[in-house]
Amino acid sequence: MTNDIAKEAGTGKDSIQYVTVLIGGQLFGLPIHRVHDVFVPESMTRVPLAQAEIAGVLNLRGRIVTAVDMRRRLGLPLREGRHGIMAVGIEFRGESYGLIIDEVGEVLTLETARREPNPANLDGRWAAISGGVHRLDGHLMVILDVDRVLGHLVEQMAA
Amino acid sequence: MDDLLREFLTETNESLDVVDVELVKFEQEPNNARILDNIFRLVHTIKGTCGFLGLPRLEALAHAAETLMGKFRDGAAVTPKAVSLILQTIDRIKAILAELEASEGEEPKGVDDDLIKQLEAMSIAGEAAKAAKPAKAETRGTMSEQVLERELRIGEVSLDELERAFRETEVEFEIEEEKPAAAAAPAVDFAKVAAELDARMGQIGGQAGAKPAAGGKAVRPVKAAVEDETTDSSEAKASVASQSIRVTVETLENLMTMVSELVLTRNQLLEIVRRHEDSEFKVPLQRLSNVTAELQEGVMKTRMQPIGNAWQKLPRVVRDLAQELGKQIELDMVGAETELDRQVLELIKDPLTHMVRNSADHGLETTEDRRRAGKPEKGTIRLSAYHEGGHIIIEIADDGRGLNVEKIKAKVIENGVATDAELEKMSDAQIHKFIFAAGFSTAAQVTNVSGRGVGMDVVRNNIELIGGTVDLKSVPGKGTTFTIKIPLTLAIVSTLIVEACGDRFAIPQLSVVELVRVQHNSEHRIERIRDTPVLRLRNKLLPLVPLGRLLRTADETAASADDGFIVVMQVGSQTFGMVVDGVFHTEEIVVKPMSKMLRHITMFSGNTILGDGSVIMIVDPNGVASAISTTVGEASDKVDAEKQHGVEDSTRVSMLLFRAGSSEPKAVPLSLVTRLEEFEIEKIENSNGRELVQYRGSLMPLVRINENVRRRTEGTQPMLVFSDAGRSMGLVVDEIVDIVEERLDIQVGSEVPGILGSAVIKGKATEVIDIGHFLPMAFEDWFFRKEFSQIALTRRLLFVDDSPFFRNMLGPVLKAAGFEVTVCASATDAMRCVAEQPLFDVIVSDIEMPGVNGFELAETLRRDPRMRSTPIVALSALCTPASVERGRQAGFDDYVAKFDRPGLIASLKELTSQDLGIAA
Repeated sequence: MTNDIAKEAGTGKDSIQYVTVLIGGQLFGLPIHRVHDVFVPESMTRVPLAQAEIAGVLNLRGRIVTAVDMRRRLGLPLREGRHGIMAVGIEFRGESYGLIIDEVGEVLTLETARREPNPANLDGRWAAISGGVHRLDGHLMVILDVDRVLGHLVEQMAA
Repeated sequence: MDDLLREFLTETNESLDVVDVELVKFEQEPNNARILDNIFRLVHTIKGTCGFLGLPRLEALAHAAETLMGKFRDGAAVTPKAVSLILQTIDRIKAILAELEASEGEEPKGVDDDLIKQLEAMSIAGEAAKAAKPAKAETRGTMSEQVLERELRIGEVSLDELERAFRETEVEFEIEEEKPAAAAAPAVDFAKVAAELDARMGQIGGQAGAKPAAGGKAVRPVKAAVEDETTDSSEAKASVASQSIRVTVETLENLMTMVSELVLTRNQLLEIVRRHEDSEFKVPLQRLSNVTAELQEGVMKTRMQPIGNAWQKLPRVVRDLAQELGKQIELDMVGAETELDRQVLELIKDPLTHMVRNSADHGLETTEDRRRAGKPEKGTIRLSAYHEGGHIIIEIADDGRGLNVEKIKAKVIENGVATDAELEKMSDAQIHKFIFAAGFSTAAQVTNVSGRGVGMDVVRNNIELIGGTVDLKSVPGKGTTFTIKIPLTLAIVSTLIVEACGDRFAIPQLSVVELVRVQHNSEHRIERIRDTPVLRLRNKLLPLVPLGRLLRTADETAASADDGFIVVMQVGSQTFGMVVDGVFHTEEIVVKPMSKMLRHITMFSGNTILGDGSVIMIVDPNGVASAISTTVGEASDKVDAEKQHGVEDSTRVSMLLFRAGSSEPKAVPLSLVTRLEEFEIEKIENSNGRELVQYRGSLMPLVRINENVRRRTEGTQPMLVFSDAGRSMGLVVDEIVDIVEERLDIQVGSEVPGILGSAVIKGKATEVIDIGHFLPMAFEDWFFRKEFSQIALTRRLLFVDDSPFFRNMLGPVLKAAGFEVTVCASATDAMRCVAEQPLFDVIVSDIEMPGVNGFELAETLRRDPRMRSTPIVALSALCTPASVERGRQAGFDDYVAKFDRPGLIASLKELTSQDLGIAA
């Protein structure tokens, strides 16, 4: 992912558009070209015996989407109740995934040059899936590296 | 590889398959000119194309084969040897083609002089034979062709081909011309002739389609002309060839996927409209629905292929086998047109071939044996296929000798899959099933045919992999029939939608045997052995597993309800019940693979979208079965050869673990226990200083193992019930813990009455209970009568049993019956014992012993004049008429079941008092 960003930066674009999302009060940014859609997950079917991070499977316009609970993935306290949750649809290795988040924010165009590396003291779990940090007015946006978020879950089971 | 070559490869391979089949047919009917023409044409076409594409090796081979076949056409004798040679040549061509394909068009180097020389020699021999014998009328002017053929070998091939092609089309013309002639003839003939022509046309059409590019340019226009002329009654058939096109399987697969999506979407739409009664979408949606259904059916049809495609190679296989084994075999194929999904077809091909080989090799007797058995010399293997429900049934039947039960038994014991005792209890049908166990072959000799390391277990596995089942029936001397049941398609599965702990799941119906509704007060209720639920279903104990617990969605703390449904499932030889909370309906679903993230969960085989739009997980019966077999022991009639292989399990005993009076576990062999019961405390009555319960219409005395067993004041009291000859006793315990299968090895003897000793069970020291001690506490005369013990007082008894458990258990019982007991652990020990002191009044011997068994012991003893009149009683875990008879022949006076202690005591009494009577 970081490579991707670098590549795009190299191909003349010096800024990237991010879809911002809120997870447990923290602002995250997903590169817009990775986001297929944003939807309200409905009638999710839980999958027994699956990894804890798997929230379930759901039907998104005829496709079966595997939903990943981002709060669990990030080790954040779980949400109470199910109302008002959102999901970001992602394609990963030919399959559809949905990242369950709290809220979707605006789309931000940020200069790649202003991206900063992860702070050294960032929680290991976060550092593993963060592609860097952007300083915005008054708060920070952590770049979510989608491949690492999902790749870890696939590899985990393969191991 | 260019398209031309690719097409050549596909078509040539197909043609060769046809040649294979036709040649075998031809061998049986050497005078059938039509078959020969067919073969000739096919081989010729291959030769021509090879020349065109510059493949000299193939061309030379095909040419040599063609020359030999030309000789057949000219009337040379068709010998099996010659046919074998041609078949060999075909195989060589196939091998070259395979390499050609692998190397992307490069003809592999090598020489085929060996085959060509043989073929030429055979041709010359044929020529000589022909000269001796005047040529038959059947020549059809091919002589001139032959001459031409020899002159033209190199260079001018395409011209030759052109002429050839014209010749061939002429043949077709001939056929076409015959037809109007036939039509002009009296009407009665017409239908017959037309039918025949149709059949003929079908064949020619098929082969015309296989005609490759070589002569193609010249042939095709002519052929089109032919087709134009045939616009009357044979039109339909004739045009089939021109109207069929080749489509890659991939295209069809994609189409199928899209249609599946469409079906799912349609289902969702229907569900939505159902909720809105007066929707204006209703009518168009209905139309959409119908079209979708038709489309689905149509696409499914494109995937369907006649099962005959999987059978195509079999005539050749059987023919080669017959030659190799020196048997006469006829392969009868019925229902070759039965269609099934090509994916399934591919998967079933190899198992089928293997089973036919097996039938030919093991099933059918040699010609000699058949003659002796008064059967026709020619053995028949009958393959048949038909549809039944959503399944296709394939039967492979031979009229051979049937399975040899004794051989299977011997092999079973040799492999350590089951013990002699277990086998005796089984029906022949159950024993037959052992041939599906791993590493099984009853062929005494490993022939070239069998013994390739592919056993029936692989066949069974392959069939089960696609959700099928395989069964067999065998009648000695009459033959064996294998029945395979497989789903028509794997893409759409009929499932049962169930609910467990609030989640819905789909269970493939193929594995579902029946549904049982259970309620705590109904006939069918869930019983528990500790926490392991079981269901009594038609005299069998069915292990149950709550789906919720299996999937760990059940709330562990909540007591599992006793009301619900049991989905009785069968996976291979394993039968179990899955407890669910609700059963909804059946639904045809399109299986979608699970995300990679979930694929490690073996309990599910996939997921799908239901009509209501929700996603549902599909339970994988195989996954569940394997999960169960590790948690619940398999029922006794199941054999998991792999698991048990190499484990000496003759000493494994199912033990019931319970607690009574102390925290240490106690154990008793499960086979001794008749039932496990729980009685309400209020039901326990006191009478004459004893505790009794009313049980099945009579009073059952209760016995406590010791005084420490807690007397409950409320709730229920668990107990083990022992029944025999209409009498029952309840042994009161504190808690039933578990059932385990363990080697029973009593390590420490016990002085405490009622306890045989201690053994390590599940890693814990466990007291093994001597039921023999408690039974008389309920009924004093349980084992013996008073007068008996008096008369038997001085009798000396030799007791032989290899199992320490039975020595420990029966020894004291016999002593209690008044005998002076000498115990031996093996037959050889017993013989030594007898040699030293031959004056036993009675001998009791186990039958199933390692080394020298009971029968042999009895036979040996009977040979000694001193022992001729000594009563010998056989003690066996099994008492079948056959084994009793065997016992009588071996010299036993009586044959008693191991757990039938009253029977043993009665028998001993009878035998020894008789003896006494004679003495007196």
